[in-house]
Amino acid sequence: MYSYPDGNGHFGPFGGRYVAETLMPALEELEQAYRDARNDPMFQQDFEDYLHQYVGRPSPLYFARRLSEHLGGARIYLKREDLNHTGAHKVNNTVGQALLARRMGKKRVIAETGAGQHGVATATVASLFGMECEVFMGTEDIRRQSLNVFRMKLLGAKVTGVTSGTATLKDAMNEAIRHWVTRVRDTFYVIGTVAGPHPYPVMVRDFQSVIGEETRRQILQAEGRLPDYAVACIGGGSNAMGLFYPFLADESVRLLGVEAAGLGIASGKHAASIGAGRVGVLHGNKTFLLQDEHGQIDHAHSISAGLDYPGVGPEHAHLHELGRAEYQAVSDGEALDAFQLLTRLEGIIPALESAHAIAQVVKLAPTLRRDQLIVVCLSGRGDKDIHTVAEAMGVELN
Amino acid sequence: MGRIQATFERLKQRNETALIPFITAGDPDLATTEAIIHALVENGADLIELGFPFSDPMADGPTIQASSERALAAGTTLAGILEMIARIRRHTNVPIVLMGYYNPLLSYGPERFAADAAEAGVDGLLLVDLPAEESAEILGCLQQAGICLIQLLAPTTPLPRMRRLAAVAEGFIYFVSMTGVTGVSQVDVDAIREQVLALREMSPVPVAVGFGISTPAAASAVGNFADAVVVGSALVKVVAAYGTSPELALRVGSLVRSLKEGLR
Repeated sequence: MYSYPDGNGHFGPFGGRYVAETLMPALEELEQAYRDARNDPMFQQDFEDYLHQYVGRPSPLYFARRLSEHLGGARIYLKREDLNHTGAHKVNNTVGQALLARRMGKKRVIAETGAGQHGVATATVASLFGMECEVFMGTEDIRRQSLNVFRMKLLGAKVTGVTSGTATLKDAMNEAIRHWVTRVRDTFYVIGTVAGPHPYPVMVRDFQSVIGEETRRQILQAEGRLPDYAVACIGGGSNAMGLFYPFLADESVRLLGVEAAGLGIASGKHAASIGAGRVGVLHGNKTFLLQDEHGQIDHAHSISAGLDYPGVGPEHAHLHELGRAEYQAVSDGEALDAFQLLTRLEGIIPALESAHAIAQVVKLAPTLRRDQLIVVCLSGRGDKDIHTVAEAMGVELN
Repeated sequence: MGRIQATFERLKQRNETALIPFITAGDPDLATTEAIIHALVENGADLIELGFPFSDPMADGPTIQASSERALAAGTTLAGILEMIARIRRHTNVPIVLMGYYNPLLSYGPERFAADAAEAGVDGLLLVDLPAEESAEILGCLQQAGICLIQLLAPTTPLPRMRRLAAVAEGFIYFVSMTGVTGVSQVDVDAIREQVLALREMSPVPVAVGFGISTPAAASAVGNFADAVVVGSALVKVVAAYGTSPELALRVGSLVRSLKEGLR
């Protein structure tokens, strides 16, 4: 029986709470508040109501007939998180954390963001609950994701550019932590993925588990049996953890996480922390990290801003060590091909993050029999990536 | 008796508050750091806090972030820092505490680090992102090597936790004077006095106060109720301004002298 994390937030040797002393009491308070909320039927009912009425859940599990036929193997189902309000799975978690912040009496939320999806999802719920919101975002990502930056501003959030380090997600998280240390008494930090100090990995997993719970129910309804594979992309790994968790006890279901191989693992320009990283401590947890021989964190690279992170959630590190989930990596080029393939065959423009999961399915499906089933999490829609894709295709937009 | 304890006992007899300057090792390079440490000691530093750089210094403000970046750009490694400390040890008995983040040390290997650091002459270790709850995994090898793991406490630390952590503290306690990162705002002396006095009551080891102390006046005010004051960013700014200029040692020396004057 899988029962992680333990009482101290450890997933086997991973996870934990590696933060400055200043934050320890805040994390203990958060853990207590979350434990109370999880056991409170009123809170759970509130959460479900918002997911239903505001986010638009349940999201469909769509049988991708043309993609399945084209690949000529397994039957492929897409879990349509792209159809959620704000266009990605991120909002499941921000609704949960905002409800918790409200319950704790916090009127101010902060967040880090890479692609901007988590920033938008946080700004959205801050607007919904009348909270002040500040989002930290690397200036390189601000350049790549100008549309989401403007969305956040429209929603009333302050977007603070971060120029340190590589000016991407990792540095945005550093700056959010620095800010949280400074204003810890009145500020709730909404972390966007299954990483960070305990209780964030377990809390975000729980909020995102609605993805896997619905998928499990829906595939049983559609096919009368469980899938052979569940596939999802991994940056920090929240959509994957949300999809995987309700299937953990179903040993016949193979869980496949897809990291970003960027320009290829051998090039050194990638974001495959599990595939090519070493165990270390960053951002409050112990996990696989991209780092040099001296323990300095390496630059991650991915065409997808949401996967451009040198670490991975500690529970994925643990599932990898247990052998319960498998992790593969897909290159920028393969993700771009999958992006176009899904767009042309199904009329669905996926986020570049989700295109990594699709690219893995493109490799996997033809190796399977026609009666086998793959569910893949389409974690977000691709509107935000149009400029990046155009640039990669050599098309100039105005 | 270790060098840290001996230093505090000597100061206590003289009724002096300890001055603990912080600099980043390898900023702008290790040879300069070595020269700075000599200048610090000659001008009144009682204990040296030596930062080892990390790519992602989450508890530091812009001044020390930039300092860490310069040190890393100069190719500074933990191994190189330990070699430099071994050289310094031939000339001085000043206690040296290494301060930084956990990952470079984890990568070096905690057991190997403890042995090498003790041999080089390191007295204490302060890890910003390793709270008591996670420190069991390195405590054993540090204790075996005779290196103190210095406990940080914060204004947000609740009293029962403070009591529990103070009871097992080694070397000295580092009390963080404010919620925030290093070197951004000024310490509010009145706000922390009671907390520091209470902490000294319950602590078997001396209490140092750091973060936001940049002037002789602030150092002196905090020194009235603390056993030691830590000055970091103000010093790192001087290092940043004078780099490898021959004036650097002189400038660092005069700042340290003026800081120490208010603590006698």
